Amino acid sequence: MIKFDRKRYLRRRILNATVLSISVLNVAFALVFLFWILWTLFSHGFSYLNLSVFTKMTPPPGNAGGLLNAIAGSLYMVTVATLIGTPVGILAATYLAEFGKNGWLAPTTRFINDILLSAPSIVIGLFIYAIAVHSVGHFSGWAGALALSLIVIPVVVRTTENMLQLVPSSLREAAAALGAPQWKVVVMVVYRAARAGMLTGLLLAVARISGETAPLLFTALNNQFWNSDLNGPMSSLAVVIFQFAMSPYEDWQHLAWAGALLITLFVLGLNILARSLFRRGPTSS
Amino acid sequence: MLMANQKMNLGAFLDKVFRNTTLFFAFLVFSIMFGILITLFIASLPALKTFGPAFFTSDSWNPVTVQFGGLVPIYGTLVTSLIAMLIGIPLSFGIAVFITELAPVWLKRPLGIAIELLAGIPSIIYGMWGLFVFAPFAADHIQPWINDNLGNLPLIGVVFQGPAMGIGMLTASFILAIMVIPFTSSVMRDVFEIVPPMLKESAYGLGATTWEVVRNIVLPYTKVGVVGGIMLGLGRALGETMAVTFVIGNAHELSASLLMPGNTISSALANEFTEAVGDIYTSSLITLGMTLFVITFVVLALAKLLLLRLSAREGKQT
Repeated sequence: MIKFDRKRYLRRRILNATVLSISVLNVAFALVFLFWILWTLFSHGFSYLNLSVFTKMTPPPGNAGGLLNAIAGSLYMVTVATLIGTPVGILAATYLAEFGKNGWLAPTTRFINDILLSAPSIVIGLFIYAIAVHSVGHFSGWAGALALSLIVIPVVVRTTENMLQLVPSSLREAAAALGAPQWKVVVMVVYRAARAGMLTGLLLAVARISGETAPLLFTALNNQFWNSDLNGPMSSLAVVIFQFAMSPYEDWQHLAWAGALLITLFVLGLNILARSLFRRGPTSS
Repeated sequence: MLMANQKMNLGAFLDKVFRNTTLFFAFLVFSIMFGILITLFIASLPALKTFGPAFFTSDSWNPVTVQFGGLVPIYGTLVTSLIAMLIGIPLSFGIAVFITELAPVWLKRPLGIAIELLAGIPSIIYGMWGLFVFAPFAADHIQPWINDNLGNLPLIGVVFQGPAMGIGMLTASFILAIMVIPFTSSVMRDVFEIVPPMLKESAYGLGATTWEVVRNIVLPYTKVGVVGGIMLGLGRALGETMAVTFVIGNAHELSASLLMPGNTISSALANEFTEAVGDIYTSSLITLGMTLFVITFVVLALAKLLLLRLSAREGKQT
C-alpha cells in the first residue's frame, strides 16, 4: 500500500518537474529569439550607422547616401498622425469613461475600438487608399498620416479610458461640490489626475506607428527625394527599409540595416520610457 | 432641474458643448469600422460582379488574362496562421505559467517587459531578420531534418517534402508564432492572475503539485479567457503583413508542401497593390483585403466576447 502510494507520488512529481521545466524552456526560447533579433540588428546595422545616414538623401543604387528624407518623412507623418489621432482618441475616451454610463453607444464603441486595436494595418491602408488616394488621384503624405492616425486612435482611446476609470470618483465629487461644471471637472481634475497614464498611451501609440510599414505602402507611397509637402508622395523610414532590404543592391541593404537598427532603438526606447512613466503614474494617486 | 426658469449660464452651456463634442468623437470611432467595411465593399464590387462567388474558390491569378481568384492567398493566410497558433499556443502557455506561478517576484516584471518587447519590435524587423538570418538558418539546419524525418511519414509526409529553400509557408508560420507570443501570453497571464488565491491555496493544501494546480484549478477557471487570448493572437497572425511578405515567397500556387513558397492576403496586397494595373486587378486585391478584414473581425469579436464573459463572471463571484 505504502509502496504503491510512493510510486504514484513519484510519478506526480516527475510529471510536475517535466511540465515546469518545459515552461522554463519556453521562456528561454522566447528570450533567445528576442536577443537573436536584437543581436542581428546590431551586428548588421551598427557599422553602417554613421553621420551620413542622417545628413544625406536616399541614394540611387550603387551610390553612397543616407536616409535623411526618409527620416524626415517619417517624422512629418508620425507627428501629423499623432496630432490628429490624440485629440480624437482622448475625447472619444472621455465620452466612454465619463458620459457613456447609460446607453448603447459607449459599450458598442468600446467593443469596436478593441477590434480596431488589432485590425490588420494593411486593411487600414486600403481604406485610406480608397477614400484619400483613389478619389484625389495621387499618393500623398496626408493620406499616410491619416492611415497612421487611424492606428493611433484605438490605442489612445483604450489607454485613456482605462486611466480615466482609475481616477477615484471622490475627486470628481469634490470638484463638483465646489460648484465646478462638469467640463471643468473633467479637464482640470480628471485629466490632471490621469496625466501620466494618458501620456503613456500616447507614447505607446507613437511607438506603434513609428514602425508601421503596411499602411504607408499605398497611401504615402515613397519618394526618393526630399519632400516637405504633405500633398505629394512621401518617403518613410519603414517603407524605405522595405524597399532597400528587398533590393539586390548591397549598399541599399546596408542602409536598410542601419535604418532597421535606428527604428528599433527608437521604438523600443519609447516603449521602455512609456512603461517607466506609467509606473510612477496613476498607481500613486 | 428647472431649466426653463433658470438662465442658461455659461457653465451649463459649455457642459453641453463639451459633452456633445465627446459624443461626436465617440461616434466617429464607432463609425470607423463601418466606414472601412462599406468603402471596401464598394471598391470590391467590380471584381465581385466580374467573377461572382467563384472568386473565393478559384486559384487562378493572372493579370495578363485578367482572371483572378482568391483561393491561394486565402488558403495561405489561414494555413500560416493556424500553424503559427499550433506553435505559439504551447509556447505562450508555458511562458504565462512560468511568469504567474513559478517566477520569483523580482523576476516577474523584467521578464514581462522582455516578452512584451517582442511585441514592440516592428514587424518589418521580423521580416528582415526572417529573410536574411532565419531563412538561411532554417534551410541549413531545420528543413533538411524535416525532409528526412517527417517527409517519409505516410499520408502527411507530403506536407513536409520540398526543397530546403529557407523561405516558404513554414518559415512564415514560425515567425508569426514568435510574433503572437507576447499577445497571447499576456492575455493568459492576465487571466491566470484573476484566479482567487484561496482556490489555489486550497489545492496546494490538499497536496497538489504546481502542475496539478494549473491543470485542475487555474485552467478550468480561466478557460474562456485562455481561448479569448488565443483568438486575439490568431487575429494578429491573420493580419500580419510585413514579416510574412519577406519570407513567404509570393507564389500564387497552391501546394501541399509547407516548405514551398505561397502567398497570404496581406503579402499579396503589399507586393502587388501599387503595381496593379486596371480596375479589375485593383478591385480583386481590395476584395481580398475585405475578406481579410471580415475574417479578422469575426475572430477578434469572438475573442472579445469570450474575454468579456470571463470578466463578467469574475465580477459576480468576487
